[in-house]
This record gives sequence, structure tokens and C-alpha cells, in this order.
Amino acid sequence: MSTRILRLKEYGVICCLPQQPSGCLLEQPRKSGLAQASTPPWKSGASAPRQSTNKFGGFSPGIPRGLKAFDCRCVYAALKGHLFHELARAGKIVADRIQVCGILVWVMTFAAHGQVTFERLVNSTKEPQNWMTYSGSYSGQRFSKLEQINTGNAHSMVAKWVYQTAATGKLETTPLVVDGILYATAQDDRAFALDARTGRPIWMYQRQLPGDIRPCCGRVNRGLAILGDKVFLGTLDAHVIALDTKTGAVVWDVTAADYRTGHSFTVAPLAVKNEIVIGISGGEYGVRGFIDAYDAETGARKWRYYTVPGPGEPGHDTWEGESWKVGGAPAWNTGTYDPATNLLFWPTGNPSPSNRGEGRAGDNLYSNSLLALNADTGKLNWHFQFTKHDEHDWDATQVPVLIDAGGKKLIAQADRNGYFYVIDRTNGKLLSATPYGKTTWSDSKDTEGRPVANKNASPTLEGHTVCPGALGTTNFMAPTYDPQSGLFYVTARDQCDIFSTAPQPYEAGHAFYGSAYFPSEEARPYLGFLKAIDPATGETKQRFQHTSPTWSGVLSTGGGLVFSGDAEGNFIAFDAATLKPLWHFQMGGAVYAAPMAFAVDGREYVAIAAGSAIYTFGLP
Amino acid sequence: MAGRMWVVGVVFLACVANGLGQNPLAGDPKAAKAGEYEFRINCALCHGLGARGGGRGPDLTRAQKKHAHADSDMFQIISNGIPGTAMPANGTNGQGVGMTDEEIWQIITYIRSQEVTASTKTTGDAVHGKTLFYGDGNCSMCHMVEGKGGRMGPDLTGVGGSRTREAMIESIRNPSRRLAWGLTEATKEFPQEYESVIAVTADGKQLKGVILNEDSFSVQIMDSGEHIHLLQKDKLKSFKKSRESAMPKYDPDVLSDKEVEDIVAFLAGVGAK
Repeated sequence: MSTRILRLKEYGVICCLPQQPSGCLLEQPRKSGLAQASTPPWKSGASAPRQSTNKFGGFSPGIPRGLKAFDCRCVYAALKGHLFHELARAGKIVADRIQVCGILVWVMTFAAHGQVTFERLVNSTKEPQNWMTYSGSYSGQRFSKLEQINTGNAHSMVAKWVYQTAATGKLETTPLVVDGILYATAQDDRAFALDARTGRPIWMYQRQLPGDIRPCCGRVNRGLAILGDKVFLGTLDAHVIALDTKTGAVVWDVTAADYRTGHSFTVAPLAVKNEIVIGISGGEYGVRGFIDAYDAETGARKWRYYTVPGPGEPGHDTWEGESWKVGGAPAWNTGTYDPATNLLFWPTGNPSPSNRGEGRAGDNLYSNSLLALNADTGKLNWHFQFTKHDEHDWDATQVPVLIDAGGKKLIAQADRNGYFYVIDRTNGKLLSATPYGKTTWSDSKDTEGRPVANKNASPTLEGHTVCPGALGTTNFMAPTYDPQSGLFYVTARDQCDIFSTAPQPYEAGHAFYGSAYFPSEEARPYLGFLKAIDPATGETKQRFQHTSPTWSGVLSTGGGLVFSGDAEGNFIAFDAATLKPLWHFQMGGAVYAAPMAFAVDGREYVAIAAGSAIYTFGLP
Repeated sequence: MAGRMWVVGVVFLACVANGLGQNPLAGDPKAAKAGEYEFRINCALCHGLGARGGGRGPDLTRAQKKHAHADSDMFQIISNGIPGTAMPANGTNGQGVGMTDEEIWQIITYIRSQEVTASTKTTGDAVHGKTLFYGDGNCSMCHMVEGKGGRMGPDLTGVGGSRTREAMIESIRNPSRRLAWGLTEATKEFPQEYESVIAVTADGKQLKGVILNEDSFSVQIMDSGEHIHLLQKDKLKSFKKSRESAMPKYDPDVLSDKEVEDIVAFLAGVGAK
């Protein structure tokens, strides 16, 4: 045994105390479990084992379920009590097993003390047990390599724990998980850290918000960014704050804008290098949109990019008169980042007023656009505008997903206006725009291939039906790109709205829509789908029809699964190839958030917020 | 300007606090115009573009309102909603921006301005309508009014206070055009509608009824015998739902225009209580 422990030491383990094996949670291993290959779950590939019958989970087949991974005594006990006889019988396998155990303990020990660095964020797919940015990686793919839960065993998933946030309203948060700790947010700018295995809180924070905030669409928050020993929260009163990851204490707090003029943050910030990038909300109040970057250490603002160009700047002439001052173009969903080019890809929202084009003649740059910004300076590299001179509230604030395919560097964005766009991310050139839902607003394309609005698509005083409606074919709900199936999965709805003008003068802090919209009775029922789109062609390959439209985002995993939720409160595991539901769980509240996956102690979990709670699921 | 706003704010607070029911903008045509647009944005979804009822919410042009008489009542209702109904509190429907106090008063001013021109005349014979409802019209086989009647369709006790005459007539003549709303779940965007369903169970039993609630995996059905069936869709041989209402279409040869007016008058009378 001593030599074997020595092998462990070689991997950085120096704390083993073989004389104290008590207190370890051990279960009898199944023979099939021991016979499993030692491939870690993130080493995906066709030959990777499906571990549906392995009670130990896929992380390390030789370590019993429930083992405290940092506890070397347990490792020793596992070796002694359960592996010993088999070890004695098969020396070579023994050595391999111990090596795997050693790597596990070393990795976990290292990770538990490591902080999230920019390098870790760049290489986040190499540690699939963690989920360190809003979309899981800078690419925005919301794909987890974890494959312990897979098409063969998803039917047996069970709820692992539930955390009640004590908040009412919608939960839109995507949790982060770093080294066994889950960080998430809830309404009214609550933030909390939980033991990711048990759901028990480590700390809780709630912002003391002013009484007169008026966020547009619920007192929501979509999540945190993490870097170093801090998590970062954008607040409904337009502050950016840094919290200590260990205590939740406020480390710094900066004011980005005046909430009384309708500015707020609901977005999950993005940590890039040593800065925190965040985009403002307020397109319903006529704010002038911006994207900010703050020094992660100090909170000092490093740059601000106004999404509506000022006098003398390119694009300023796309606004009539003084309309640019209240031009909107907020930036309220988390963008993506390409480390190879140091470009941030950040989408923008509607011009203000959102549903009335009168008074702001022109294309209204850079509303409803995708902006490629230098991450160091905030300088614009290129832009692509999805909907020019928008009059239907079709914010382009969907996650721009980076895909490398066929030797091309692409961005795929399923836009709120009903078209699925594929763009060359090196230059912003449009490659294709294909409808993926019911659209009536465009019959033609311009020379670049961009759908152009029909003249009669504008709102009228008596009301005029247009598809999609103001909520769009999709909205902020995060999509996923599964590199294994090669498909882009997005939540979509077919709903048409009656758009009726309702002119409003701009008044600071007051709603500034310029139009009313409501669902067209004629278009009932409104249909909700999960759609699988082939980015190469824009063709919808598979679809699952929900009972009603849902606001849930989508996750894909190495297990050949796609996860999403519905308005009726179900969390559903789909076969990524067919979109056939394999499993579901009724959570008791509608879903407005996107799922994510993580692993602790070698066990994969899938988590999603629904109703007022965070739910996690795993294998029995 | 700031000073004036402050004074106005104090007036608002005073009005709300002591329930005097004074609308500081009462009769102001500019406020009514602003209120019209606020109404379109915030209220027309249910109450219709001209406040004349949208088939969901009550016709607000009627001077006699079920829940609010004084302006202060209206202010409270717009601010806080009506518990147990689809009327949400200001700013809580999750979509769009809530209203400021000033904007709420503008909307009240607008609604009052519409009442002036609204017709409140009802033509039917409510007594005869009641006879029809519980008798030859067969309405009470499926609908309940004041605790008497069937359960398969929506309870119509309050419908006269929450639907326009036109909407009620349309529902009788063409019930499939707008299916009635059923169960509303707190965090769900759309309420369940009264859809019809035919399900065949694994043992070949056919169930016909209306859907009480449904998700992708389960459905709750009430049949014409008022039995509730709780079904898992994957265990059914077939499941077919339809937006053709389970309620028969009452053509003029079944119920004359006069008889329909009588039933509407009966429902309006009950609903106004």
C-alpha cells in the first residue's frame, strides 16, 4: 500500500492518513463500476463509456458515491476497503485506478483553492465540472461536455435539491458553479452562494433598492460574473457591485447611471481579462444605451461604448434631429467573446420609442445590432444591424453564439424578428438569414441578404397585425449549440400581435413606447417550440411543440441531451438527435431561466431556476 | 417645474391617503388624451382599445362599475389589482413598464371621459332571460350562476360585470371564436382556455369533455357528467383536442335575437350585483 500512496503523493497529495478511515461514506461498488474505463467524463468521444449503471458516477469509477473528494482518508479507505482485493488480483489495472484517484484528488484540491482566472475562463471547456460564465463558455454555446447523464439513463433522473429564494416573480438567473460552490441571483438583486451538492446556503446578499425603481419587465436578474475572489452583480438601480465570493460582502459598488431616468441592470455581466463588461437596460424609457467595462479589482470604469452614436460619430446621421439623445439601443443580454481576436460580441436592443418610428427617421444605429468591440478599448470593430428602424420592439438581445465550422469563424443568432442569422465574425458580413418561425413583416431582402420590412408592417392607430409579435420569435432565453449534433437549439414562439400607435412624449423616467401591442385573438393559439436548426442551412431539423410558449433557455450536454423547461413548470430532458422527451419533472412554477450543468465529487448535476426556486437534478 | 411636481405629488399622496377620491386631473382634456395612450399600452389588452371591453376585461365605459365607483377606488384597483381576478397590480404582469401615479390618474381621467358618450341601455327582459337560462336554453346544464347550474363551462355569475353585451352575444352565437379563459396560474403567461378534448384510454374507453388544465405530459379533463379525469398522455391510446367549443352554437333558429338579449340582460343584472 505504501507505494500506492506514494503514487498519490506524486500527484500532489500529501495529507493521506490511512489510520483514520472513519467517517467516510462508502457504498458497495458494483463490479460493472470497477470495470469501467477510467476516462474522465469530459473526455468525450464515441468510445467514452456510458455510465448509466455505474453508481459511482462518471468522474472516477473507483471512488464510491458520496465520497468527500478532498478527504484523503476516504480515498485511502476506498482503496483499502473496496479496491484492495481487486487490486491484488490485477496489478496493472490497480496502478491505473490509483493514478486516476490521485488525479482526482489533486485536481479537486487544486481547484478548491484556485481562483477563477481569465485563463480558466478562456479554457473553461477543459473543466466541465464548473460553469463559470453566463453561457458556460465565452462562445455562448451553453454546451456542457459532461456525459454521465446521457440518453441511456436520463429517464432515471431525480431531483437532488431545491433552494427556495423567498422571492416572488420570475427567476431568470443562470447559476455559476466553481469548485463545488453555486452562485446565483434572484429578484430584487438577491445573490447567494450555495453548497452545490446540497443546496445549503453559504452566504446571502440582498441589495437595498430605492423604492422608486421602475424596471421594465420584472424585478429580475439573469446572473453573476466571477473573477478572482469576487462575483459581480448589475443592479436594478444601475449600480455594478463586486461581492466577496467567500462572504457575499460588498467589495466595491459603483454607480453606472441614474436609475431615475429608467436605467437599470438585469444582465449577467461578463468577466474578460481583468474587466467586467456589462450592458444597460432601459429601452422602454428612452435611455441612451451603453456597454461598460469596469476594473474587476477596483471598480474603476475602463471604457464606455455608447450604442447610439453622438454628434460627429459614424452612424449619428441615422437618427432624426435630437432623437439620438433618447435613442435606446440598450444592451441587456450577455454577449460573447473570442479570445483569438480579443473581440467582444454584444447585441443591442430596440430604438426608443420602441414601437413608433415617427420622429426618429433613419436606420437608428446601433439599435438591434450586433457589435464587435475591442475588449481592451471598447472601440467598434464592426457592426451588423438585424432590424433597421425597428417599430416592433424586436431587440436583438439574443446570445450571439460563436461557432467554428467548415474552416469558418461564425456567429449564429436566432433573432427576435423571426430570422436565424449566420454572420462571419471576422468581418460582420451576413452569410444567411432564414426564418425559423412565423413572420409576416418582410417579403424581400436587401443586397446584403438582410430581410427588409414591408411598408405596411408599421403600427397604425387602429391597430395592425404583424408576426412575430412584440415578444418575438425568441427573446432573451439562451439558446445552445451542440457541437456533437451540430445543431443550434432555440426556444421559439409563433404569436402575432396587433400593433397600435400610442404617441407619448419623452419624459425622463416615464415609459416611452409610442405604441401599444397585444396578442391578436385571430392568431390564437400561440404556439411554443423547441427548435433544432442546422446553422449551415438555417433549416429547422427537429422541433418539439410545447403546450404553450415558454421563456426557458436551452442547454446541451455531452450525454447527447438537450434540456429545457416549459411554462407549465416542467423541466425536460430531450434526445438531442430527435427532440423526443426522455424525462421530465414538474417543478411547480413556470420557467424563465436557462439550464446549466456542473459536477461535484464526480457526480453530474443539471440545474435550472423555476418559480421562485433553484432546482438541481442528477442520477439516483 | 420640480417644485410644481412636488406639490402635485403631495396632492396625489393626500388623495390616496385619505381616500377623498379626488382626481387632480379630473376633466383635463390633455390628461385624458395622455390617458388614452396609457390605456392602450397598459389596459387595452383586456379592456379593449376604446375601453369598451376586450372580451376579457369589463367594459369600462359603463358608468356603473362592479369594483370601483369613486376615482379613489379606481386608483386603488389599478395600483393593486383585484385579488382572485385576472386584474393585475400595476407593474406586476412582468411585461412592460408600470405606471406612475400621475399616469394612473390620466387613465382614470380618460375612462371618465369615455363614460360620457357611452351607451348603457340594456334592451332585454331579465326575468325571461333567467327562465331561458335555467330552462329551454339549457345554459345551466353547463354553466353556474349564483351557485345553481352545471360545472362543465365557466361560472357566469360575474360575467355580466366583466364582459360587454357584444362579447356575451358573441359567446352565445359563436362560442368557438374566443374560448373562455379557465385556470390562471400565477407565473404562467397564458391562462388555460376551455378547449374540447376527446381522449381514448389504454383500455379503449373514450372520454369527451373540456380541458381543465394541461401540460406536455398530463391533462385534466371534465366530462359532461362532471367527472374529473386525471390522465397521463403517454398512457393514452389517442388524445385529440380542439378549439371548437364544447358549447353548441346558438343560431337564431335556436335562440332568437330577443331571447339572446333576454339572457344577456339576466346575466348583466346578476353581474352588476
